Amino acid sequence: MVVTTAKPNAVPTETRMGETLLSIRDLRVDFRTETGDFRAVDGLSFDIPPGKTVALVGESGSGKSVTAQAIMHILPKVARISGGSICFNDPAGDGRPVDIADYDPEGAAMRALRGGRIAMIFQEPMTSLSPLHTIGDQVTEALMTHAEVSAEEARRKAVDVFARVGFPDPQRALRTYPFELSGGLRQRAMIAMALITRPALLIADEPTTALDVTTQAQILDLIREIQAETGMSVLLITHDLGVVANVADEVVVMYRGKVMETGSREDIFRHAEHPYLQALMRAVPRFAMAENERLTPIREVRTTAFDKGVASSPTQPAGPVLRAEELTKTYTLRSGWFSGKTRTIRALNGINLDVMPGKTLGLVGESGCGKTTVSKIIMRALQPDGGRVLFDDGSGPRDVQHLEGDDLTAYRRNVQFVFQDPFSSLNPRMTVYEILTEPLRIHNIGTSDERYARAKELLDMVGLSKQALRRYPHSFSGGQRQRLGIARALALQPRVLLCDEPVSALDVSVQAQVLNLLKDLQAALGLTYLFVSHNLAVVDYIADTIAVMCRGYIVEEAPKASLFRNPVHPYTQALLAAVPDPDIDRPLDFAKLRADRFSDPAQWPEPYRLAPGEHGLMTEIEPGHKVRLSDQSSREAA
Amino acid sequence: MILFLLRRLVTMIVTLLIISALVFFIIKLPPGDFLSNQIAELRAQGEADSVAKAEFLIKQYGLDRPAWEQYLVWIGVMPGPNGFSGLLQGDWGWSFEYDKPVVDVVGDALWLTLVVNLAVVIFIHLVSIPIAIYSATRQYSVGDYVATFIGYIGLATPSFLLALIMLYYANRWFGVSIGGLYDARFSGEPWTWEKIRSLLSHLIVPTVVIGLAGTAAMIRRMRANLLDELGKQYYVTAKAKGLAPTRALLKYPFRMSLNPFVADIGNLLPHLISGSVLVSLVLSLPTVGPILLAALKSQDQFLAGFILMFVAVLTVIGMLISDLLLALLDPRIRAGGAR
Repeated sequence: MVVTTAKPNAVPTETRMGETLLSIRDLRVDFRTETGDFRAVDGLSFDIPPGKTVALVGESGSGKSVTAQAIMHILPKVARISGGSICFNDPAGDGRPVDIADYDPEGAAMRALRGGRIAMIFQEPMTSLSPLHTIGDQVTEALMTHAEVSAEEARRKAVDVFARVGFPDPQRALRTYPFELSGGLRQRAMIAMALITRPALLIADEPTTALDVTTQAQILDLIREIQAETGMSVLLITHDLGVVANVADEVVVMYRGKVMETGSREDIFRHAEHPYLQALMRAVPRFAMAENERLTPIREVRTTAFDKGVASSPTQPAGPVLRAEELTKTYTLRSGWFSGKTRTIRALNGINLDVMPGKTLGLVGESGCGKTTVSKIIMRALQPDGGRVLFDDGSGPRDVQHLEGDDLTAYRRNVQFVFQDPFSSLNPRMTVYEILTEPLRIHNIGTSDERYARAKELLDMVGLSKQALRRYPHSFSGGQRQRLGIARALALQPRVLLCDEPVSALDVSVQAQVLNLLKDLQAALGLTYLFVSHNLAVVDYIADTIAVMCRGYIVEEAPKASLFRNPVHPYTQALLAAVPDPDIDRPLDFAKLRADRFSDPAQWPEPYRLAPGEHGLMTEIEPGHKVRLSDQSSREAA
Repeated sequence: MILFLLRRLVTMIVTLLIISALVFFIIKLPPGDFLSNQIAELRAQGEADSVAKAEFLIKQYGLDRPAWEQYLVWIGVMPGPNGFSGLLQGDWGWSFEYDKPVVDVVGDALWLTLVVNLAVVIFIHLVSIPIAIYSATRQYSVGDYVATFIGYIGLATPSFLLALIMLYYANRWFGVSIGGLYDARFSGEPWTWEKIRSLLSHLIVPTVVIGLAGTAAMIRRMRANLLDELGKQYYVTAKAKGLAPTRALLKYPFRMSLNPFVADIGNLLPHLISGSVLVSLVLSLPTVGPILLAALKSQDQFLAGFILMFVAVLTVIGMLISDLLLALLDPRIRAGGAR
């Protein structure tokens, strides 16, 4: 038995040629369930060479996270390793590989490895840190568990690591609580916690899935840099082929607990052989897609609802169906120890939007830019401080904020919402039938027979069978639930759907399915979409016009083709540059994204720079393509 | 922080004022009062002397004045027959039933109540927390089922019944009388070591009897809270760091699961006083519970009013303590509701 403790400041472990750091052979993991054992990992074998990044790719449920948990011995209680070996050859050890699969999960030997020699970071930086303890406490604890160091020394080392992972004020980070940090900084804190013991292997389980694209690029860059410095290996678990194309050396594709294909990044992306991998690649929206090219979901949804031509387009208004004029909104936050001090945040600074009938307006921006506030104001769930929203159902534009009584009810019928999280947006105690007919009941539409027929029709539209009616939401997968959410939104035959990140919680394969469904529904029913998302590739696939938001401003607005051909604003350029493309010939330019200046209006280069309090002006640079310039330069242009 | 405390103090005072008004007027809701009832009774028996005395008391305590004036006099913001003399001045009033000042009636009982209930609170936490941790970390094991089963029995057993049973068997098997809080021979004696030892040995049975239901409830709640927290991602992080299991458990999920209980301290104190009345009666404990019951029945208004106010003060102080503790425990609350 080999017990190793981390040696802080140890020289980067030299790579021994021809050896593997971790070698998994025929690994099997079983879950005990009420209906008998379920094999989540079935005969998995792959190697992790020293100093390299191996990407483990697959949909959710493919067993990739379970594999990571098995390596760490942190499987859920109902799961156990039922066979195979996990040989770990620690370069800092005595040269004899140890089989982790045989270790007692709670034994001293395993605990020394876990967090000491093999460290792990997780998907959700929001929840993977304890909210009650400071970052400093949680990071130094990792070191003090594995090395004989004083608390004072541990704190010094923590400050070093915080500085390394890019905390602006490492000393202060010691006393900072997780809730005071942004998602990106939390993930950096997690990385600091993992790196402080100088592990030989870092397991990163979807480390950037919950982050914005620009933050994602920075975190990936950070992991790469530290890997180059320390010589550690990385096992990267992800479903995002774009991330894989940019950082992996070798790729392992998993499906239903089995390896479908392994190979170097070159092999995988140039000569994908396995049909599953090919299908996975076709399902991802890319920038270089041809006009009218359709994504191919791994499992296509069949809908027969429109073959019979049930669809009927309502009379469309001549102008925009929804129009936002100069919307402003300020939030007030309390801050500090019980103090009455308040901070105001300008969430929206004069937002103007036109949503044309039968078209899709994509609203893109990072978290906190105000895009959800816009959709809430349109729903009349929030009152704007200034400006107004106009809705036109063909009988002329009317101010939404002043609708009352029957007019308001009609507006509610016309504008429906599709939510981001398909798990929490469906009431778990209602059957699908109740969920789909609730809008009809609320609006007193139809007899119960008619409602039943309508529910069946709705299910048909989203490609679910009518057997679903009596079931509860929990028996559906994420993609199916999102389709139920869409069906519910369609129940009242709305004109406009507000889609707030409708696919960001879904797997790539399912994402393609839902995007195609939304496209088909739009074509058949003449729907208008306001599509809010942080994923430019997704917006590119579905939207006709795209508005880019940053810090409560629309900074650029253009027809899709124009925006992607000629992105003008520095923020748009940064956003575009940060999206990892699943194409190894189009790598991310990490150096360009390193500077964290592109989301601060005061740091934009002229003529885009906005001083604090300055709003600038949208200026048309080519037909339909508008960009926000500073007051001065827009005057000069005029 | 100081500003927060000042704000809290002001709200506490306002709350207590409102409670005092409610308490007083609810006690006065039934027609008549202790003295007029007594006078009627005495008249029926034709005891003129006593009637004269009672009428003197009515004048003395202003019971012939309107209720709102009586209230103001009682809390001490309006001069009564003896000038300003109310709760604010530390004059707790007169108990008609015992014919003694309220302070003499409740004096010992008050702090004995506090002793009993403190013992109960400590007992509940000492017993239930380890069992709950055991039960939660070994969910659906034999031990968990046993603890759960015992917990249900504890919840379902009426405590006064348990008190009676224990009273009987303690006497029969060990020959000890467990009624009261100390041996009868110490009654009215000054506090000596002997008396304290007697108090401690008498405390065991009431503590167990009163605490049992609370323990059972606490095990259930603590187990549920802990199970929630055990599933959280940060606990996996702690384990992935290589922490020893006990340390990982106590430092992270356990500490998180304490929050609801700290928030509950404010309710705990008054509940324990009013909740143990039946047991106190059965075990003839000299606590305020039975006194309150009697005072309410006979409309002994100053006595009942004082005890209720005492409970209210405890509640308000308990709330303050739990708020301060929560802020100490949870940095998110310190930061003012930010997440």
